[in-house]
Amino acid sequence: MKKRLLALSLTAALAAGLLAGCGGGSAESKAPEESKAAEPAQSQAAEPAATGSVYWLNFKPELDDTLQELAKTYKEQKGVDVKVVTAASGTYSQTLNAEMDKSAPPTLFVIGNSAGVKDWKDYALDLTGTAIANELNTDAYNLYDETGKLVSIGYCYECYGIIVNPDLVEKAGHSMDEIKNFEGLKTVVEDIHARAGELGFDAFTSCDMDGSSSWRFTGHMANLEYYYEQEGTTWTECPPTLTGKYMENFKNLYDLCINNSLTAPNELATGGHDAAQEFKDGKAAFQVQGSWEYASYKDAVPNATMIPYYCGVEGEEKAGLNCGTENCWAINAKASPEDQQATMDFMVWLVTDPDASAKMVEQLGIMPYKGAAESTNGFLQDAAEYTADGCYVMNWATNYQPNVDAYRATLVAALNQYNADQSDANWEQVKTAFVDGWAVQYQEVNG
Amino acid sequence: MKKTTPAYSTQDDFGKKKPLQLAFFKNPIRRWFPLFLGPVVIAFVIGFVWPFLQGIWLSLCKFKLISDAQFIGFGNYAKALADPAFRHAFWYTALFAVVSLVIINVLAFTVAYLLTQGIKGSNLYRTVFFMPNLIGGIVLGYIWSMIFDGILSHFGTSILLETKFGFWGLIILMCWQQIGYMMIIYIAGLQNVPGDMLEAAKIDGATKMQTLFKVTIPNVMPSITICMFLSLTNGFKLFDQNLALTGGQPFLIQAGGTTIKTTEMLALNIYNTFYGTNSASQGVAQAKAVIFFILVAGLGLAQLAYTRKREVQQ
Repeated sequence: MKKRLLALSLTAALAAGLLAGCGGGSAESKAPEESKAAEPAQSQAAEPAATGSVYWLNFKPELDDTLQELAKTYKEQKGVDVKVVTAASGTYSQTLNAEMDKSAPPTLFVIGNSAGVKDWKDYALDLTGTAIANELNTDAYNLYDETGKLVSIGYCYECYGIIVNPDLVEKAGHSMDEIKNFEGLKTVVEDIHARAGELGFDAFTSCDMDGSSSWRFTGHMANLEYYYEQEGTTWTECPPTLTGKYMENFKNLYDLCINNSLTAPNELATGGHDAAQEFKDGKAAFQVQGSWEYASYKDAVPNATMIPYYCGVEGEEKAGLNCGTENCWAINAKASPEDQQATMDFMVWLVTDPDASAKMVEQLGIMPYKGAAESTNGFLQDAAEYTADGCYVMNWATNYQPNVDAYRATLVAALNQYNADQSDANWEQVKTAFVDGWAVQYQEVNG
Repeated sequence: MKKTTPAYSTQDDFGKKKPLQLAFFKNPIRRWFPLFLGPVVIAFVIGFVWPFLQGIWLSLCKFKLISDAQFIGFGNYAKALADPAFRHAFWYTALFAVVSLVIINVLAFTVAYLLTQGIKGSNLYRTVFFMPNLIGGIVLGYIWSMIFDGILSHFGTSILLETKFGFWGLIILMCWQQIGYMMIIYIAGLQNVPGDMLEAAKIDGATKMQTLFKVTIPNVMPSITICMFLSLTNGFKLFDQNLALTGGQPFLIQAGGTTIKTTEMLALNIYNTFYGTNSASQGVAQAKAVIFFILVAGLGLAQLAYTRKREVQQ
């Protein structure tokens, strides 16, 4: 009898567990049918607040804390539910894919580059002439599809280049005025690296090639090649092929970085070094990075400044920083009108409310909206100064990288081989990955 | 038409047929079976059957989101089979599965055999050997990539730079993780070898080797079957360790810019096809996944049938 009771209770426990399991699962597995009729489903879900609700699938992990706090404030002030979910670093497209299929998909999401426009334009509301578009102070960071629909709208922009710790440069007996082109940069960098033992710091921070850091080279530094290849124009769509005309210039700067840094080039493949910490600790004077690091650097290195990618191109004394964005809001066209309206109101609040926009700007650096708080980001101020001095802004042509993850992964693999053995044959491989790989991936996407 | 057995008819041991309804409702367990079986069946349908069927359907479609898939026929399968990276991944995975199957099972059996010989501290050893199995694949991949690189960096190279390092690295990792698990299964099998048989063999003057090969191994065949099945399918399905240890590097960059990820296995190839590219390729990835399923299921069943034949009845 006892045994039977035990068996019975075990069975019950198992059944209960399974039932609980399906309770959670069934909601998701219904998604395909439901989202066809997304609108009625949406309005049902939003019943308690007749005004609709906001679901923002956020792209920037560093922004998450601020957003959760603002979501709470918004709920208190306006009574509208705001749910913010942040995709883990580097998994935005996977998360977006999965979330968009659910019965309550994001109402606000990010379409950051031309590939994103291609994939998601059918899910994006045309933002032309909307309340949020009217708040913008520039059109420079918006994305349109081929029919001229305003698919997504920039909510911040950033710049990248080479971050320098001027105090260390001076400690090494040089001055920032020496660095006005590649020759100047090379002299200073190589001198610091040669005397690293005696100075107590090196030229560049580690140039790890693992997933947490390789994008600084395959995404950002690669931009100098694309930028100059545009020959004074700017791409409006992804070109099917590259010429690779400025590969030598990319090599100049890349070689300078990996050969004059804290970590030997053949130890970069699996990474494991914290370049940001190295810079903050004053172990290195230069780092290839972007304006989003300002908030974390300003206390440790208050004088940190950003200089352009000097790479040996003629006339580069007039170069500025690389400015652009991948942070562009899109509203889900398949959400209910109430949710779309609620989302729009929330966006306008973020860029006009003094407290909210101040908090956003503190994290984002700058927001290109008339009513937003003033920028406090030193690197973005550097960018503005270069522009004011008549230097050219290097646009983010890198945003056109076709099939970006696969393209960059190949480039990383080629650079790893090159880092371990800097032979001409290995550099040819890098070139193949960089130039021919572009055409291959372009075909993959468009062919 | 011949009379066929009705689906729910029962036959007792003597082959006499009982009327269906009576037999069905007399026994309380049979009367209540939907209550016990229902939740499991529902969960199985939701968690497995439905997604599985949907997966097959999607492999015939072009889609970005599964809710608006567009039927396109067998084009995805043609593309999947024509993909050189997929074919490379297949042969690489097959080689890996076979090598890891042999090494893992030989070592696991050896360890199990030694630990059933009454060595002092057997339980401690068993625990220690089993523990690696409790660590997740991704974590393991990163830890081992550091260990390997810690060694290889002395020789100016890295696990990401040579295909053979990646291959053997993964074999070592898998052995380290799987041997303990298989060992437990083998120990259970070895403990079930009838003592009288062993004693009889001893009395008959069999050597240790003869006892091992003529008595012990035939008696643990069921364990060997299950362990081989597990390590073969594990080898084929391997994903997270592969992703974390090498991620497919090094790549073979061919003239013209196409690449083959030399240490990419099937599951990772499917993942990369699905997420690394555009919406046209998601159907292809799905087709690859269906091919992958057929392959793993076919191989697994064939191997089961083969080793089952060698099991002895006690």
